[in-house]
Amino acid sequence: MKLFLKLGLTLTLIAGLCSVAVAGERLRMSTTTSTENSGLLKVLLPPFEKKYNCTVDVISVGTGKALKLGETGDVDVVLVHARALEDAFVAAGFGVNRRDVMYNDFIIIGPANDPAKVRSAKTAAEAFRLIAAAHAPFISRGDESGTHQKEKELWKAAAMKPAGSWYVESGQGMGEVITMATERRAYTLADRATYNAYRSGKTDLKTVFEGEKGLFNPYGVIAVNPKRFPHVKSDLAMKFINYITGPEGQGVIASFKAHGEPVFFLYGNKGR
Amino acid sequence: MGFITESLRTSAALIVSLDPEVFATVTTSLAVSCCAIVLAALIGVPAGVVVGLHDFPLKRAAITLLNTLMAMPTVVVGLLLYGILSRQGPLGTMGLLFTPSAMVIGQTLLAVPIVANYTVGVVQGADPRILPTALTLGAGPLEGVLQLLRQVRFGIVAALIAGFGRIIAEVGVAMMLGGNIRGYTRTMTTAIALETSKGEFAFGLALGLILMTVALAINLFLNTLQQR
Repeated sequence: MKLFLKLGLTLTLIAGLCSVAVAGERLRMSTTTSTENSGLLKVLLPPFEKKYNCTVDVISVGTGKALKLGETGDVDVVLVHARALEDAFVAAGFGVNRRDVMYNDFIIIGPANDPAKVRSAKTAAEAFRLIAAAHAPFISRGDESGTHQKEKELWKAAAMKPAGSWYVESGQGMGEVITMATERRAYTLADRATYNAYRSGKTDLKTVFEGEKGLFNPYGVIAVNPKRFPHVKSDLAMKFINYITGPEGQGVIASFKAHGEPVFFLYGNKGR
Repeated sequence: MGFITESLRTSAALIVSLDPEVFATVTTSLAVSCCAIVLAALIGVPAGVVVGLHDFPLKRAAITLLNTLMAMPTVVVGLLLYGILSRQGPLGTMGLLFTPSAMVIGQTLLAVPIVANYTVGVVQGADPRILPTALTLGAGPLEGVLQLLRQVRFGIVAALIAGFGRIIAEVGVAMMLGGNIRGYTRTMTTAIALETSKGEFAFGLALGLILMTVALAINLFLNTLQQR
């Protein structure tokens, strides 16, 4: 019996030692993988956490799932990029106080030799048509993320229903998709933030189409509606929204660089 | 090959420098899995003793059920509990989703069938004279069972090692119920999944090597306990 006693005591001790006491409130935020994986949140959150003595718990998933977590009341605030879905989220009464935070843009990337001649395209829709016509491999996120929403929008604009062995629905995150596209010598739609992070050594794919207005990628922050879910920390959520849309948070976003290049842009400088 | 050597170098550097973020994921992994295996032992060992020692009509069915539960995919356990613990679910008001507690619950469910199954085998394989002898010597039923467990303690520890191995290495429950929150519910395995998704393969593999090192340390420790 001694053996069990010792074992039990040791395990309990380890468990006890490891469970850390955390001070202050916890704000739960669901967000897209691009904000977390680019490293932005690592510099954006600490000043806020310090100011209000709280911890922001970040759950980074695709935009579709991030909004789902808001619809079930499992998070207090969402930071996502899919304008149409965001508006629907607010209209359905799940969220309140939606604000623009920042933007970047989508680009079409592909093999440097550009077998589908996408570089000659004038519009993103035309670029997609060229890829489909050439049956050049294309990797889709296929995960209802913000990027996937944009991709579906573009296929619609191109009046195409992509299907066939050249069209790969991966169901994975942006990073995995870039890796997969690199391995398969395929095209894909990527957000610039993630592509920039991959450009130094992780992929040899090149930007083959960029700069169209339709590829604009705005990020919005929305508080989960406290009338619908009384348990959400709406005070703290509002403070967070004020922080990231206020001078302090916007300053951090503006000066944030990944691999020496700015990744997210403010509404003040450019665009709207 | 450069990839492997780079990850070896990275893991060594991370261990030597006691990188705070890596340290946090190791402690979270250990805390959650240790809590879960203690709970699983409290449930699984008695359950295994009951099934192993008694003859009852559906005994074969019970053992088959335990065997099947061992094959339960971790994501299925994760999904099931997700539905229960989400704010929309029956236990939603407790606010457990995306906390270490939720991960402990999930991993306990994963470990119980393993611990119970091993216990059934160990108890059935024990010398059948132990229990009757203890009883004729004047021990009560509980005392008799404790006597039996003492005889088979190595087998029980093996059951716990097997259960612990399953849950420290699993990623489905930790990801779905914990949410991979940095510094709170990020474990070794979810961190590896994240680094892989970021294309940081060498760093991910380095974390994997650290996980194996931790597992080795725990098994060495249990080994010395068994040898005494």
